[in-house]
Amino acid sequence: MGKTLIEKILAAASGEKEVRAGEIVFARPHMILSHDNSAAISKIFFDMGAKKVWNPSRVFIALDHAVPPPDWKKAQNHKIIRNFVEEQGIENFYEAGTGICHQVLPEYGHVIPGVVILGSDSHTTTHGAFGAAGIPIGRTETASVWALGETWLKVPETIKIVLNGRLQENVYPKDVILHVIGRLTADGASYKAVEFHGDVVRSMGISGRMTICNMAAEMGAKAGMVPFDDVAREWFDSLGITQYDIVLPDEDAAYEKVYEFDCSQITPQVAKPHKVDNVVPVSELGEVEIDEALLGTCTNGRVEDLRIAAEILEGKKVAKGVRLLVYPASRKVLEEALSLGIVEKIVKAGGEVAVPACGPCLGAYGGVLAPGERAVSSANRNFKGRMGCSEDTGIYLASPATVAASALAGRIVVP
Amino acid sequence: MILDGRIWVLDDDDINTDVIYPGKYTYEPFGPEEMAKHALEDFDPDFASKVEEGDIIVAGRNFGCGSSREQAVTSLKFAGIRAIVAESFARIYYRNAINQALVVIDCADASRFARKNKEKVHGSRARIDTENGRLEILGEEFSFVPLSGKALEIFDAGGLVEYTKRRLASS
Repeated sequence: MGKTLIEKILAAASGEKEVRAGEIVFARPHMILSHDNSAAISKIFFDMGAKKVWNPSRVFIALDHAVPPPDWKKAQNHKIIRNFVEEQGIENFYEAGTGICHQVLPEYGHVIPGVVILGSDSHTTTHGAFGAAGIPIGRTETASVWALGETWLKVPETIKIVLNGRLQENVYPKDVILHVIGRLTADGASYKAVEFHGDVVRSMGISGRMTICNMAAEMGAKAGMVPFDDVAREWFDSLGITQYDIVLPDEDAAYEKVYEFDCSQITPQVAKPHKVDNVVPVSELGEVEIDEALLGTCTNGRVEDLRIAAEILEGKKVAKGVRLLVYPASRKVLEEALSLGIVEKIVKAGGEVAVPACGPCLGAYGGVLAPGERAVSSANRNFKGRMGCSEDTGIYLASPATVAASALAGRIVVP
Repeated sequence: MILDGRIWVLDDDDINTDVIYPGKYTYEPFGPEEMAKHALEDFDPDFASKVEEGDIIVAGRNFGCGSSREQAVTSLKFAGIRAIVAESFARIYYRNAINQALVVIDCADASRFARKNKEKVHGSRARIDTENGRLEILGEEFSFVPLSGKALEIFDAGGLVEYTKRRLASS
């Protein structure tokens, strides 16, 4: 019986010849990611009696969660991190404004196929788009990895999700993954690795693959992965990265479950408050007026996402009483969107373009909701209180196209 | 370890880390006692003022899903919670709990029984034998798989901080 992608990746990361689902291994990461939580992690690190990180070239830190810092305490948090980076000689540090960790890490060449990326952020699954295994862990565990260079992991079973068919014109990777989550539910992939296969995935660009792997976290997945192919190869070529081993799942790999979807039937989808698996077609949602439209974040903040939204917004105005907040996923994304005229279209339509960062997705600063308000968002979570206020608020998750069309209409509409 | 504590039945599935510990506090430099004041704030605003040392939570499926924020464990631990029993746990939450040596018990039967008899179970006492995998609620006995292997080693060390400290000291 053949091996799944995660079995091969974890074997390589733990120096074993082969491993099987259910085994415990000690995995060494290609990169360990953290962000604004690095100050808290550094405190735990020193509490452990550690003095130096095991390998400063394997530690990645990007400041993104409170950017620019809304108050002095959060500014001080960044300062503690900068000092730590300096003192430890951390080689992969990205200043506030460079972008969101999950966008910056691949953009600057810190992921290659077939490796383990550990991250102190639940959306570390995003890096599966590159044929790697992005595995989220907590702060204490990250501190321990900084100290020891490894952590224990159970080799998970794998769920194979086959996305077949051809997407309708107004349907995007976000709609596909929301539909999948609606069917599999919020714990449908709990403790499991997910492999995405099928025509729809093969013809999907890196940006869309990052969206579906990012959202795999919302099914409880330990990792969500797209096996390496020519699309990934082209992406790595464009960065000048050619030194890597190609790791692919075997044809006869043992999957715990296989789900097939005919994506030709999928229409634009929306996840209603307060659970990500509370998914319906936008056409069946009924009347939902909105106060805020959030475009961007690590889920849908890439050039492709902004371009789709800009095409819808071009020459029009955001509805009265609606604020359209735009958070590009990185400075590189913003620069490209500027040079392509995308930003101009968004701003002229009334969009408020912010510094590349996490923004109001996690409700820690700017762009939060007031009591009684509703938002349509291209981010990944709609939990109660997620965007800073829990008093009679509601977040509806959708594609960038649905977000843009809804911003114009003042209510959630099919793009 | 034998635990005996008052039960809170949290009658829901997918209780996520945002309602356990809201995102707006995640980058505030709070100590654990301050975190405890916000425990479960967006699930039950009265929880933090009524919880007592030694209390035990019984909840539904996929407890702790969402963000990897560890404060969702720390806040409950410092609020006095000694164990969480659930039908199932989200993966990162489960690891975070073991890393902080908070008892987490996967026991679908006990969870379903407690939710079905919520009126009687809420506020009653649970008795837990962590080593032998035994749990008693209102005279009903339930069994669960006790921690073993690497997870038990970390838990027994008092959490991952102590475990790592020992490994660093021995290397």
